[in-house]
Amino acid sequence: MSISTEPRLADPDAFYAALMEAHRGLDEAASRRLDAALVILLANQLGDAAAAEAIRLAREAVAGPLGGTG
Amino acid sequence: MPATYQNPRYAWRRPDALGRAAAEEAAVVILGGGVVGLTLALDLARRGTPSILLDDDDTVSLGSRAICWAKRTLEIMGRLGLGRRFLEKGVRWGQGRVYVQDREAYAFDLLPEQGHEYPAFVNLQQYYAEEWLVEACAATGLVDLRWRNRVTGLENRADGALLSIETPDGAYRLHAQWLLACDGARSTARQALGLPFLGQVFRDRFLIADIVMRGDFPAERRFWFDPPFHPGQSVLLHKQPDDVWRIDFQLGWDADPETEKQPEKVRARVAAMLGPDIPFALEWVSVYTFRCRRLERFRHGRTIFLGDSAHQVSPFGARGGNGGVQDADNLGWKLAAVLGGAAPETLLDSYDAERIPAAEENILNSTRSTDFITPKNEAARAYRDAVLALSAKHALARPLVNSGRLSRPAVLRGSPLNTRGGEATRLPPGAPAADAPVLDRGRPDWLLRHLGQDGFTLLALAGTGAPGPAPPPGVARLVVGETETTGALLDHAGLVAARWDLAPGQAVLLRPDQHVAARFDRPDPAAIAAARDRALGKPA
Ligand SMILES: Cc1cc2nc3c(=O)[nH]c(=O)nc-3n(C[C@H](O)[C@H](O)[C@H](O)COP(=O)(O)OP(=O)(O)OC[C@H]3O[C@@H](n4cnc5c(N)ncnc54)[C@H](O)[C@@H]3O)c2cc1C
Repeated sequence: MSISTEPRLADPDAFYAALMEAHRGLDEAASRRLDAALVILLANQLGDAAAAEAIRLAREAVAGPLGGTG
Repeated sequence: MPATYQNPRYAWRRPDALGRAAAEEAAVVILGGGVVGLTLALDLARRGTPSILLDDDDTVSLGSRAICWAKRTLEIMGRLGLGRRFLEKGVRWGQGRVYVQDREAYAFDLLPEQGHEYPAFVNLQQYYAEEWLVEACAATGLVDLRWRNRVTGLENRADGALLSIETPDGAYRLHAQWLLACDGARSTARQALGLPFLGQVFRDRFLIADIVMRGDFPAERRFWFDPPFHPGQSVLLHKQPDDVWRIDFQLGWDADPETEKQPEKVRARVAAMLGPDIPFALEWVSVYTFRCRRLERFRHGRTIFLGDSAHQVSPFGARGGNGGVQDADNLGWKLAAVLGGAAPETLLDSYDAERIPAAEENILNSTRSTDFITPKNEAARAYRDAVLALSAKHALARPLVNSGRLSRPAVLRGSPLNTRGGEATRLPPGAPAADAPVLDRGRPDWLLRHLGQDGFTLLALAGTGAPGPAPPPGVARLVVGETETTGALLDHAGLVAARWDLAPGQAVLLRPDQHVAARFDRPDPAAIAAARDRALGKPA
């Protein structure tokens, strides 16, 4: 596994609140774009292997394994 | 119809077999006189193999479709004797610029290095390419060009294909020992064999407009996402010869093709783009929906598919015509070798082994580009728009912007014809030869002009002193020297050694299609002969 799934944020509540704050006042489409922009910025920070791993874990968490029937 | 181009009308000749009960016999029949069929006919003729070429029409492409010819296509045309014509008439380019709304997001250079005979791309209307190919085919005296011969039926048998053909004067039958089906995306041959042509349709429509104007846009590929003159959609601009410009307007799935083709409507779109002060005339207009799909296999016994009949891509990346020309480049020498008894029939299986991965690569790239340009769902649209929004300010997003990944030659990695060794070099087995400037007896020349005109070639970098041992029979030798050597080309710029990763004394065996078959640290005749036999599909 190339990404850490142990807690690494010093102030998780602040991060969460900042994320919610960033979405304030945005309509559905703009909210989606914001999330997408965030993913792209973060993925670039992670690099190929870790980003691919993150995609896999995220998919598993919300919809079952990629390539499966979930 | 274009105002800058007049389609030639080729004379139709009554086939001798008309009205006869027995089928006419032929060794090689090429079905379809598009850019791929014509390239194949010319390649075969250059190798001394005659063919009959059947086309249902009596002229070249009506209106232009393909305009962007990639470096590898130009090199193939160079080998076939047409390279200079492409360079003289065509518009050279190598740079692209991508705009998001009203600002430039990024620019790219497809061939930043110097020292190649051909540029990254030349833009040229498809009809010119076809017209020159027809002339060159006719000049060989080995291509029986049969215009207005429409194939209506095909029976694929173990000993070849039996074709039913209709002409203005009646029907006849032709038995081809080998049938090369180059009959385009709507292939009659494919349908006659009942072969599935599977893939996807992109739910979008594109207006392709060729216009004549004296514009002062530079010769580069310009692509806009969501420009002010065509909001919410993309636009692509290319320069062609004769003051013709190609503009692709993305329209969306709901657009009505008939309405969109109305001249007033097209003119309004172009005027919105160019502004009120630039006069222009419409040359050719069409509305397309793009697809990516392919046959599962291209070889079906004695019937072999090439070009759009075998695989179809969306035009983003200019991979359709360029991919098809590489099919012809790949098959020509193999078929000539089989017919000449130099190789077993099984060599032709390597056409599938090499060109199916190439088609997959083209489909993959053109699918990714089209998915970016035409997002499939809201999530895809959000990501696309986020990439575009980030790209203006942040370099990290720019490589994600996908307006087309432009045609690159296939590297035939993993081909059964390759001999192992040198996989980690700049030019591994399977790679197409790299061009470089050389001096031939003091005159400036290009390396590629010396390769593959006539079968296999051993390219050796001379050591200090004598060139390596004589290659086995049937393999030509080309010696390149780092210093002036009699009978050798001079690598005055050191670019042969660098691009080919060659040290003095090393050598590379090239196939007739200029792809690397094997690399040798110490070339000895037995190893060279073994690699040549392997590349001819002979059992070890
Ligand atoms: C808008 C557009 C832009 C494009 N731009 C590019 C580009 O920039 N670069 C690029 O590389 N590619 C481009 N392409 C793709 C390119 O045009 C095709 O890949 C190319 O034409 C395929 O050549 P082909 O010889 O396989 O088929 P075709 O060109 O379709 O030729 C098939 C031939 O077979 C003949 N034929 C068909 N059926 C029969 C029959 N039953 N009997 C006798 N003859 C028959 C036809 O008359 C025709 O002459 C573009 C395509 C489009 C639509």
